[in-house]
Order: sequence, then C-alpha cells, then structure tokens
Amino acid sequence: MVERLIPTALVEDNKFCPGCGHGIINRILAEVLDEMKLTDKAIGSMAVGCACLMVDTFGVDWIQSPHGRAAALATGIKRCRPENPVFTYQGDGDSMSIGFSETMYAALRNENITAILVNNGIFGMTGGQMAPTSLPGQKTVTSPMGRNTDLTGQPLNIINQMKDLNIGYLARGSVTSIKNINRVKKYIRNAFETQMSGGGYSMVEILSPCPTNWKMMPDKSLEHIDNTVTTYYPLGEFVKKGGDSNE
Amino acid sequence: MNSIICSGFGGQGILTAGLILAKISMDGGKQVSWVPSYGSEMRGGTASCAIKVSDTEIYSPFIKEMNTLVAMNEASVDQFESLVKPGGVLISNSTIIQGRTFRSDLKVVEVAATAISEELKNIRGANLVMLGAMIQATGLFAPEFFADGIDAYFDAKGRNTPLNRECYMAGVAAAEQA
Amino acid sequence: MALKLMKGNDALAEAAVRAGCRFFGGYPITPQSEILEYLSKRMPEVGGHFVQSESELAGISMVHGAAAAGFRTMTSSSGPGFSLLQEGISYIASAELPAVIINVQRYGSGLGDIFQAQGDYFQAVKGGGHGDYRMIVYAPASIQENVDFTTLAFDKADEYRNPVLVLSDASIASMMEPVDLPEMHEHDPNKNPEAARGKGDGPFKRITSTMYYIEDFDTYVKKKYDTMAANEERWESIQVEDAELVLVAYGITSRICKEAVMLAREKGIKLGLIRPITLWPFPAKAFKALPDTVASFMTVELSPMPMIQEDVLLSLDARKPVHNFLAGMNIPEPIDIVEKAADCIKQTAKGACNG
Repeated sequence: MVERLIPTALVEDNKFCPGCGHGIINRILAEVLDEMKLTDKAIGSMAVGCACLMVDTFGVDWIQSPHGRAAALATGIKRCRPENPVFTYQGDGDSMSIGFSETMYAALRNENITAILVNNGIFGMTGGQMAPTSLPGQKTVTSPMGRNTDLTGQPLNIINQMKDLNIGYLARGSVTSIKNINRVKKYIRNAFETQMSGGGYSMVEILSPCPTNWKMMPDKSLEHIDNTVTTYYPLGEFVKKGGDSNE
Repeated sequence: MNSIICSGFGGQGILTAGLILAKISMDGGKQVSWVPSYGSEMRGGTASCAIKVSDTEIYSPFIKEMNTLVAMNEASVDQFESLVKPGGVLISNSTIIQGRTFRSDLKVVEVAATAISEELKNIRGANLVMLGAMIQATGLFAPEFFADGIDAYFDAKGRNTPLNRECYMAGVAAAEQA
Repeated sequence: MALKLMKGNDALAEAAVRAGCRFFGGYPITPQSEILEYLSKRMPEVGGHFVQSESELAGISMVHGAAAAGFRTMTSSSGPGFSLLQEGISYIASAELPAVIINVQRYGSGLGDIFQAQGDYFQAVKGGGHGDYRMIVYAPASIQENVDFTTLAFDKADEYRNPVLVLSDASIASMMEPVDLPEMHEHDPNKNPEAARGKGDGPFKRITSTMYYIEDFDTYVKKKYDTMAANEERWESIQVEDAELVLVAYGITSRICKEAVMLAREKGIKLGLIRPITLWPFPAKAFKALPDTVASFMTVELSPMPMIQEDVLLSLDARKPVHNFLAGMNIPEPIDIVEKAADCIKQTAKGACNG
C-alpha cells in the first residue's frame, strides 16, 4: 500500500506554468511548515508577481503586499504577533528591484522574519522583462539585444549585499536536482528554526527556472541554472549564526 | 481677550516664557492658545510666540495687533512695536534695548532683565524677570498667584530653584518702580 | 477633568495611544516629525511598537501588515511623504482593513515648504491613490479636535473597515492649547476573527483585495461608500440663519473665519460660516438647509488656487455664486476677509458671477 503524502498547506493544485520552479518550492516550503508544526500558525506576506498564484492554493494565512513591500508588511505583522512564524514569499523583481529598499532594511533591522526569495532572473508574471538579476547578455523582452551591463549595471547578488550584516541566516540553493531540492529544503528549515528561536533575519534565495519566459525547455532550463546561473550566484549557506557557515 | 507676543533671540527663553504664561492661564481657568513663530521671522534670528488669554472661546489663535509685547531684543521692537494696540503695554529688556524712543501712546516698562538675571546668578532667568514685569504692568494675574504658577511649572519639570521665583519677583519689583 | 497644555502633534499622538493604537510606522518629515518623536517614547511604555521606517512607502506597508494582524495602527506624514503613502492607502482600502492616516499639511507641490497650508485638499478628498475608494477625512481646527477626531478616526476605521484620514496642518501641529484627553482604551486584536494570526484549525485567510471574493463587487463597493457618504457628514454652522453671504472654511482657517463673522456682525454685515468637519464626505446637507437670505458664498483657503470651491458648487448644484479668498502662504486677517466678503455681497446684488 503506497500512500500519497501531500503537505497540509497544499490545498489545491498549483497554477504555475509547466516546468516552473515555484511548484517545487511551494512543496518543500509546505513540507517544512508541516514538519515543524507551523502550518497553523504561519502568516505569509505575499509578493506581487507569480507568487500571487499561491493565494488560493497554499493554505496558510496570507496578506497580499503591494509590489515590493512584502518585507515591510512582514515587519508590521511580526512586531505585533511575535509568536507567529512570519515569512515573505517573493520573486527577484519584487524583492530586489522595486522592493530592494524594503528587503534590505528588514535585514538591516534584523527583523525576526524569514524571506523566501525566488530568483528566476526575469519578471515572470508581466511577461519576461529584464530583472536586476538577469545575466549579462541575457535576452529578455526589454533587453532584446541581450542585457548590456554598461547601461543596466551588473547582476544583483543579494547575498553579497547581506552577508556582512548582523542577521541570523543566509543561504542560496537551487531546485535543479533531487540533491539540490533536498538541500534547499534544509535551508528553509534552518531559516524557520532561526526565526522560531528568535535568531533574527533569515533569508533563503532560490535559483528557479522560468522555461516560459526563458523560452527554453524545462530540462535545458535546469542545465542553464547549473552551468551558467550558479557561476554568478553560487550556492551554499553564507550566514548561519546557529552553526557552521559555508558547509 | 488679551493678546501677548513674547519675542527675542533664540536662546533667551522666549518660547518658554510664553509657555509658562499659557500654562498658568490655563490653570487659572482661562481659555488660552500659544502659537510659535516660524517662517521668515525665525530666519531673521528672532523667535516669538503669540499667546491669547480669554474668558471666552478663542477663535483665531493668530495675533496681528497685540495688547502686550514682551521684547527681549531690538529686532523684536522693530518688528512688533507698531502692532501694539494704543494704550497697550511694552516690556523692554533694557540691558539689550538702549537709547530708543518708544511710542508715546504705550505703557512702556524698561527692565534690565538680562542684567538682573546675571546679578541673581540665574542667567537663564531673564525671561522670568520679563514675565514679572509684564504681570505687574498688565495686572493680568495677581503677582503672587503667578509666582506660585512659576514654581509649579518648574517643580513639574523636576528642575526648580528658588532663583526662578526671585528672578520673577525682581521683575515685578522693577515694574512697580517704573 | 484635568486639562493639559499640549502641542497639536503631541496631543494627536497621545490620542492615538489612548485609542488603543499599538503599532506606528513612519518616516520623519516636518511638520509632523513630533508625532514620531512622541510615539518612539510612548509606544514602548504601553507595550506597543514603533518603527522608524526607511521610507513612507515602507511605513504605510508596515501599518498595512499590523492592520491585517488585527491591531489598531497609524502612520503620519506631510506633503511629499503623503504622496508616498497613497500606494499603501489604496491597498489598505481595497483589503478593507482599518487604519488611521495623518497628514499634517505643509505648503506647496514638490518640495514646497514647511509652513501651514491647505493645498492637499484634492489629494485628501478625491482619492489620492489609485482605484475606487474613498476615505473619511476629518479636519480638526484645534488641539482638542486633534484629539477628538483622531479618537473618532480609529472607531470609524473599525466600523467601516477602511482607512480614515485626519487632515491637520503645520499651524495646528505646532500650537498649544489645553486639552481634555480621553481615558485609555484597550483594543483586542483578536476581536475580529478575520485578523491574520495563523489559520489554526479553521480555513486559511486571504487578506487581499476583497473584490476577488465578493460577488457583484461593483454594487457592494458603491454601497459601502454611499453609506459612508450618507451617514458621516459633519459640519458646524455659525450665524447662517440670516446670513447674506456664508463663508466656507475648514481647519485652522475656519477659526479665522469665525473671528471674521463676529467682526462683520459688529459692522452690521450679515456673514455666516459653514465649517466642514468632514471634508469627505463633504457636508452637502449643510448647504441644502440654508435660508433664502443667503445669496452667495466665499471659500477661504490657505492655497493659491481654489479647491473647496468645487465641492461647494457641487453641493449647491452651482445655483449660487461662490467666491473665494485665496490666502496662499499667508495667514489671512479677519478684517481682510470681511472686506472682501462685503465686496462680494455688493457684486452679488449687482448680479456678478463667480470669482
């Protein structure tokens, strides 16, 4: 007898595109919340972007933030309800472009929240425009000749921005293989454990494929992350107040 | 309705003088408003506040023409003397404002507030000397009632000294002689 | 009743605390910074939370989060900062969350300047942010009213589940008057079952634009704001019973106008005053109830261009002349208001039109 285990937070099938990484990330986030018995207490601050698609399918209390402000909302929630696990779920456009200030200041204040930042290198929901995280030369609908870093700057490595701050936990993973998925799940768990022990700001950045807007097949998208994206955005744990860093 | 402007250099305690007057007026059962100056006047180096004291509702808290001017420096006289109502009171700090001819239709009391406060070793009390002279010259409140109010004001702030009352009473005495 | 002599900004902040406000997020800008300063000290004393946010955008978003968590919450700003609050206000309105917003008006568009003005009228009453929402806007004219309307704002925000704006200005912010403060009120953040606190055993909550979950939302939202408009008008009428010309002014300007009315009456000029206390809903009823003696109106505004004039004309179905006295950046003198009003009375008698 084989039992199909579905985490309690996944109340409906997700609405993401085929081959999208969000579905995997939703699954492991839901597993961590169940394993830590946090699903009933969790409050999520939801980005504008593809994250919005979770509002009916991921069964925790949600507050829809204005674009980019998820960390500020989470601050207001967590200060008022310090006993609840409070997290943001945001894409890279939301958290690192329009919401760079809110994201950084939550870290600077060492707010005791967990940020899940999904980096797919483009604006997904609006149709694949260039994001701060887009790679040099990357073709998007707003960089049709490829990203020109002379005009648009270098890709934003948010972990480099944060790693010297006084925060609790900082890690970057990807969802390209079973091994990497299991590792990200551990990072997410470490992040929530940091929060629940009052350890301050925790953030997990997750490199995730967007086959639709990358105009790439799902398997090629995963190879692209492993072969190219990770050279700009290395994986690992960068701050781990509770234990070893850079395992 | 009594309208009073207290004016002087920033640091002469002029806003506090107005505040003490407002507080004691309130405790004395009066309607009161206190408006600090800002804008061009403040940029000129002179701070002022406008106080209205009334038995009835105060409509506009702003003052154009006043019953009483408490002037701690020359600039205050330059700016406000012409706006004192005929028969009104002008208290002039004669340590700083010297050799000046005032309007003849005003009751002018010249009191060496800065010098008196220095003599009494309470250099921050020049504003209280001016208040003493003003209370005596206007009859706005009984001088003793107001003196108790000054003590209560500084007691509440936890930094009263008998010198405050002395400064104030010296102002009352100076106005009596004037 | 022990009266306390308080500055407008301080009194407003204390009123918020006493209304049960336990979260404040905001950013410094003159002339409202004393509200932050006061609450940075006061909030921890009552077990509340104060965050000096990195921007007004973040401040209003923190307020959004705290409101969603069920707490009474407030932010305040002025001029350029009030523009930045509009994003969050629209979101809070669309999620039907209660929050209190303070705008201490200062002069001008762009950077402007820090002195008193009433130029944010349109932004305050006509929307400000994007989309289909309105806010009750209270216009206090004294320090006591700063207290009373801030207190009321929290109640109305809860009643309608909508942000409420208190539109103060630089002069009320900095002046002092005696105030009678209300008793401390404790707000239970768990009173509303819709507050975000984790789903527990129940269904999960989605605190987002309610349009996604309400059937026939167009009708619903129109009814919501129609009800507010019908029930929440507040105003004060002074000596309108036999007036020939009625002044219209709100906030600090209304007090100068009261003095002008008294002055005019001494001179035998029949002036009256309508002081809107709510700017939205604009007190149209006050204009419907006037006697036939009232032949014209004059708005008195601390701005270089007329703003309330539009709402007065709408309230009158544009059937009577509405003049204006535009004080701009200067505090008007009652006598100047009386003289212009007397002039307008003559013009109206001659059949001159608006202006």
